Amino acid sequence: MKPDEATLTENGALSRRDFLKIGGTGLVVFFWVGPLDAFQQPPQPYAEAPPSTPTDFNAFLQIRPDGRVTCMVGRVELGQGLQTAAAQLVAEELDFPYDSIDMVMGDTDVCPWDVGTFGSQSMRVMGAILRAATAEARAVLLQMAAEKFNAPVERLQVSDGVITDPAQGKRITYGELVQGKRIERHLTKVPLKPVSAFKAMGKSPQRKDALDKVTGKAKFAGDITVPGMVYARILRPPAHGAKLKSVDTSAAEKMAGAQVVRDGDFIAVICGRPDLADRALALIKAEFDRPQTGLDDKSIFDHILKNAQPPKVMAESGTLADADKLANPLEQTYFHSYGAHAPIETQSALAMIEGGKATVWAATQIPFLMRDRVAQALGYSKQNVRVIVPYVGGGFGGKNNAQNAIEAARLAKMIGKPVQLVWRRDEDFFYARFRPAAVVKIRSGMNEGKIVSWDYTVYAAGDWGAITFYDIPNQRTTTVPITQTAWRNQDNGAGLHPFYVGPWRMPGAITNTFARESHMDILASNAGIDPVEFRLRHLTDKRMRRVLEAATKQFGWKPARAPSGQGVGVACGTFYKTYVATAVQAAVDKRTGKVRVERVVTAVDAGVIVDPEGTRQQVDGCITMGVGYSLSEEVLFSNGEVFARNFDSYEIPRFSTEPKTEVVLVDNPELAPDGIAEPPIITVGAAIANAIYDATGARLYQLPMTPARVMRALKQS
Amino acid sequence: MERAISFTLNGKPARVTVDDERTLLWVLRADLGLTGAKFGCGTALCGACTVIVGKEAVRSCTVPVKDIAGRHVLTIEGLSKNGQIHPLQAAFVKQSALQCGYCTPGMIMQAYALLLKNRRPTRADIVRHMDNNLCRCGDYNRIVEAIQEAAGATKARAS
Repeated sequence: MKPDEATLTENGALSRRDFLKIGGTGLVVFFWVGPLDAFQQPPQPYAEAPPSTPTDFNAFLQIRPDGRVTCMVGRVELGQGLQTAAAQLVAEELDFPYDSIDMVMGDTDVCPWDVGTFGSQSMRVMGAILRAATAEARAVLLQMAAEKFNAPVERLQVSDGVITDPAQGKRITYGELVQGKRIERHLTKVPLKPVSAFKAMGKSPQRKDALDKVTGKAKFAGDITVPGMVYARILRPPAHGAKLKSVDTSAAEKMAGAQVVRDGDFIAVICGRPDLADRALALIKAEFDRPQTGLDDKSIFDHILKNAQPPKVMAESGTLADADKLANPLEQTYFHSYGAHAPIETQSALAMIEGGKATVWAATQIPFLMRDRVAQALGYSKQNVRVIVPYVGGGFGGKNNAQNAIEAARLAKMIGKPVQLVWRRDEDFFYARFRPAAVVKIRSGMNEGKIVSWDYTVYAAGDWGAITFYDIPNQRTTTVPITQTAWRNQDNGAGLHPFYVGPWRMPGAITNTFARESHMDILASNAGIDPVEFRLRHLTDKRMRRVLEAATKQFGWKPARAPSGQGVGVACGTFYKTYVATAVQAAVDKRTGKVRVERVVTAVDAGVIVDPEGTRQQVDGCITMGVGYSLSEEVLFSNGEVFARNFDSYEIPRFSTEPKTEVVLVDNPELAPDGIAEPPIITVGAAIANAIYDATGARLYQLPMTPARVMRALKQS
Repeated sequence: MERAISFTLNGKPARVTVDDERTLLWVLRADLGLTGAKFGCGTALCGACTVIVGKEAVRSCTVPVKDIAGRHVLTIEGLSKNGQIHPLQAAFVKQSALQCGYCTPGMIMQAYALLLKNRRPTRADIVRHMDNNLCRCGDYNRIVEAIQEAAGATKARAS
């Protein structure tokens, strides 16, 4: 039967029966992997919509008659290498050849429900489920072979998908064993392989997607075509909050091959070719009433401080007031501007509606949430919307919304044809859910070279990474409630931000790490102590000590009080259970304020390492992007108009800004694999700020540290 | 003006009848079905749409299709020969010089043009030549290393 004929259970999950129908030929083995609800709860800031709680999303594996294995996961490949790492997990726990595993990802009709690909939790959350499920599958297969061979399970051996009974000289492959039969068994308490027995994990196979990506065969959402499809462009306001006053579409309507469609203020042109749609859109004359909010990239920080809801204490220990009396408090405020994700692939979708069912091929991190939102927008039930995610050209949190797909689906419904909507670069910037501008205030006290008090307040960044891991006897961490600080308020009901904001590769933690680690350096310098030594004096957390020592050892850190003139800086950070330390060498051109980051050494402890090369790639990617947010990336705006429109008005890193990078992987085989795609980015900003100070004595309190800000800081130093 | 334009595409004769002011990128992608060249910025700022015209790397998003009449156009789809991927493609795989892969075809075509002119580029040559090709998730060092490796391989193959 065709996939779209499948029915779904009330909560949106496929029933086993339906899944088997979809799966077609070959055995789908179902596994009991324990209560999963807790695993699948999205982290708080992402909980825009309450997740459905599927009763059955245990069907990850299909053993096909041709002897290959298909692994289905609801997450997507954004470049982070999950396709490869997930196949490695399956290869390991199933004892099956990596090359014979096919991954199917992000198809809401075929893959088990998933919350979305974000928060560096794919290995931590999904990886854990997948390992458990696969281990159980292997045990089921062994049990089946034992019955067939009439042999005790303990006597059987497995290698590369072949089960042998040495005593009887019998062998059988998984494919031969299951022969397309349907089997559903549940075993309990199947142990996972110990790390010492790993064969596939801990190695770096060739990326599953590599060949397709170097040959141009890899399909992204904008590369998908269906017969009869057309291309759309949408009339956009010049500023957030602008209201359409008048519009004249007559010239566009006269253009050959162009069609204008309208639903209220939603006005689009449709053409048989995308560049002709651009031309038709340019013929529309529209006037807008523009808002005069008085808000721009400079006044925003006062606005945030004045309009934020009262901060609430999230953690407190010791007696801050008493400590404050003892110590000579140092108060400092740190600022962070809005940032854009700017993946090279803009938001893209192709929407097709046939027989009351919508199929959307989309560049998204959230296939299942997108399905639900498209369904809502079209007035369809969830089972009548299918989202298919091909390769995604980068996300970084920027593809955690569904606007582009909803627009494509609405247009497809309005005109009765499949519609491709690939946003232009300026649209991608304009509707980006920016990393929020934020303010951090720290008041700290020292006594005999030790910090005795730490009063930390963060506005608008969110609380991730806000609580310090340094040993400080009297401390308090205060944050604005998450409901206002961040991205849950898609309607901006709280009025804090002039446009949408959202997660950006490691939300909150970049801002909080920049503030904390800059402040640590100031205190170290004031106390006349080397910044590494100063941190170690305040660290009993062994994992943090280990990454800091590993990074500085690799770096060849020469202890000195800053500013030493060497141009070196360090920073430490943690997210969930991943630990990061970064050491930076930077040079500052005092005539121009330009900072050149020359070398970055990052040490990471993210538990057991599944794919060392993939891990290094993620850390290197974080360093590259980290240099961007640190030095140049800033969304300038005024009265709702966004001045970041393309790569000339929003500067991302390029070949000539790339530092030499070195990655130290601190393997921690006792711990489950943890996130790696984001945490190494959080320390880059502070490490560079500290290196600038070490080079020049100029302290930067705002990200990004643009040449103009560096020049101002140099004058004040 | 709509007219027939003939050119050589990946070594084979090609002919399109289109509005000749349209851009090469969208003619390749929407009319000829070659989706290897990507849309990234639309204004020649990112290099995702890079293809070779003659011996030069061009930004196909800003090249009107009339400019390629009678010229040789090479896209990522035409880089493999006799079922063998090009040494640049092999080196990008080997060096893990890609992540999301969206900029990759443009990177490889830009590098291809460099190696046509300079068989033994230094690191500085590569950085200068590649500097307007943007990658957002990977790291540039691996791409430089892949190009260096491919330069060695193409030299070895030529000799």
